[in-house]
Amino acid sequence: MALLEVSNLSISFGGLRAVDNFSLNIEKNQLYGLIGPNGAGKTTVFNMLTGVYRPDEGIIRLDGQDLVGKKTIEINQAGIARTFQNIRLFGQQTVMDNVKIGLHNQYEYSTLTGILRLPKYHSMEKAMNEKAIDLLKVFELEDKADYLASNLPYGQQRKLEIARALATNPKLLLLDEPAAGMNPNETQELMDTIRFVRDNFDMTILLIEHDMRLVAGICEDLTVLNFGQVLAQGDTKTVLKNPEVIKAYLGE
Amino acid sequence: MKTGIKNMKKEVRGQLITYGLVIGVFIIVQVMLSLGMISNLMQGLLVPLCTYSIVAVALNLCVGYLGELSLGHAGFMCVGAFSSAFFTKCTMTTGLNENVRFFLALLVGTLTAALFGYLIGIPVLRLRGDYLAIVTLAFGEIIKNVINVLYIGRDSAGFHFGMKDETSLGLGEDGEVLVNGAKGIMRTPHQSTFTIGVILLLISLFVCFQLVNSRSGRAIMAIRDNRIAAESVGIPITKYKLLAFTISAAIAGIGGVLYAHNLSTLTAQPANFGYNMSIMILVFVVLGGMGSFRGSVIAAVLLTMLPEILRGLADYRMLIYAIVLIAMMLFNWSPKLIEFRKKFIADVFKKKEKEAA
Repeated sequence: MALLEVSNLSISFGGLRAVDNFSLNIEKNQLYGLIGPNGAGKTTVFNMLTGVYRPDEGIIRLDGQDLVGKKTIEINQAGIARTFQNIRLFGQQTVMDNVKIGLHNQYEYSTLTGILRLPKYHSMEKAMNEKAIDLLKVFELEDKADYLASNLPYGQQRKLEIARALATNPKLLLLDEPAAGMNPNETQELMDTIRFVRDNFDMTILLIEHDMRLVAGICEDLTVLNFGQVLAQGDTKTVLKNPEVIKAYLGE
Repeated sequence: MKTGIKNMKKEVRGQLITYGLVIGVFIIVQVMLSLGMISNLMQGLLVPLCTYSIVAVALNLCVGYLGELSLGHAGFMCVGAFSSAFFTKCTMTTGLNENVRFFLALLVGTLTAALFGYLIGIPVLRLRGDYLAIVTLAFGEIIKNVINVLYIGRDSAGFHFGMKDETSLGLGEDGEVLVNGAKGIMRTPHQSTFTIGVILLLISLFVCFQLVNSRSGRAIMAIRDNRIAAESVGIPITKYKLLAFTISAAIAGIGGVLYAHNLSTLTAQPANFGYNMSIMILVFVVLGGMGSFRGSVIAAVLLTMLPEILRGLADYRMLIYAIVLIAMMLFNWSPKLIEFRKKFIADVFKKKEKEAA
């Protein structure tokens, strides 16, 4: 059984059919790419998967659990974490705290425990700090733990967002244009990081990307969206050679 | 020990500095009081100073940390003041120990304000920004106006409620009017002292500091910084918004209790519980720096004392007040001045270290 099963997903905004009859299966531990020209509906698919939009029709199942109609918070607890196309960090808080907010549901203690600093507070905070540092080490951010998130350079903000998403302990990680605005070196580094995350966290990753070098470099399978419809689906090499796909990207 | 304070986490150090500041001022004032160096006028201001500082801290939790603009905090203060004064008035004849009674009144005031904060928060926190400000403003006014037409009396048959006037309560001969509409609650004992005020301020600061440096506090600030991202990492938005709002209302209630027990007659006037008050408290918070509890306390103290200190200057009083407002605004918000301030503080610290070494 596939980890994520999406079938016949559709949504309309007014008269516009933004996503039409979208289907997708992702196996566990796969690195999957979702590509397509601007306005094809890629981010809309992400927003449906994470409960920001409710699809008009279709089924979304994670590990057999139905996710349609669930709230964003419930979907996160079910095991989907995401990053955003325009970075959304908690800018006024430290890098460390950003990750700790991601750990919010893993290490629980009550508000009163927090205010009164009961023993549980100390043990939980200690465990959280250790876990957070471990995650930051993966992204080589541990020496910036005390920086305000908004003071990080762009590339590191992207990494921090991935670290924060991983902190929620997801089964499936959705990355929305992780390489946007990065230079070739940073992109190369990011590719290594994504591979590392997949291998070491035993993670399944679905990513939206425009950078073809990254897509061809790391994605095993691809789905191409165009005007809300699936144009091609299959393993990366075959899909990228598909004349329809080339036409959609480069024109006639 | 020398490096002790330097190695501490920044937030812990900030906390200790704030407590130290409050306690330091308290000791100085006590010494000055015993030497008779403080005028009667200033003595009368000591408890209100604590009240305003507490309410400013409460509002800072709501505005600075939750990021929601509330203009209704005078309303919560009002709820705390009246519920506690009502409790005190009811139990005055029971022969309860004065201190125990004050402590219970404090609990009643705080919990009632928290309850109102919770109930008002449920519908109101669905709104954001300007809309939230307007609705909280309206709720604050509603609370004040309802209290102004509320009549409660007591006789041997029990309590009587009314919204019209004293006589319509239909009290028996042994009856006593407890809450007398616009005339408020009369002849309440004078129990708030400067010491109690400072203790309550320290407790409020403690609760706020500990809250914002805990798991719940991080969640609250995450909502402020980016609601969508907070949702995406599984933070229950409504729960934490309500939590922060309720705690903020409860602390404003503590301020109200202190205020109520400093007066012999408690009335709900526009001047003490109206929107002017809410806005004045907001001024303390904004000038002291949003997200800085210490700043709120300092701003509340300075701006409450200033008109009194300047009284001798008669007509120029408000002019100077305005200039000080502008100066404080610049001091706290101009990037150049903030830089200068930080450098100045760093220099002072370095000097001290050298002297110590």
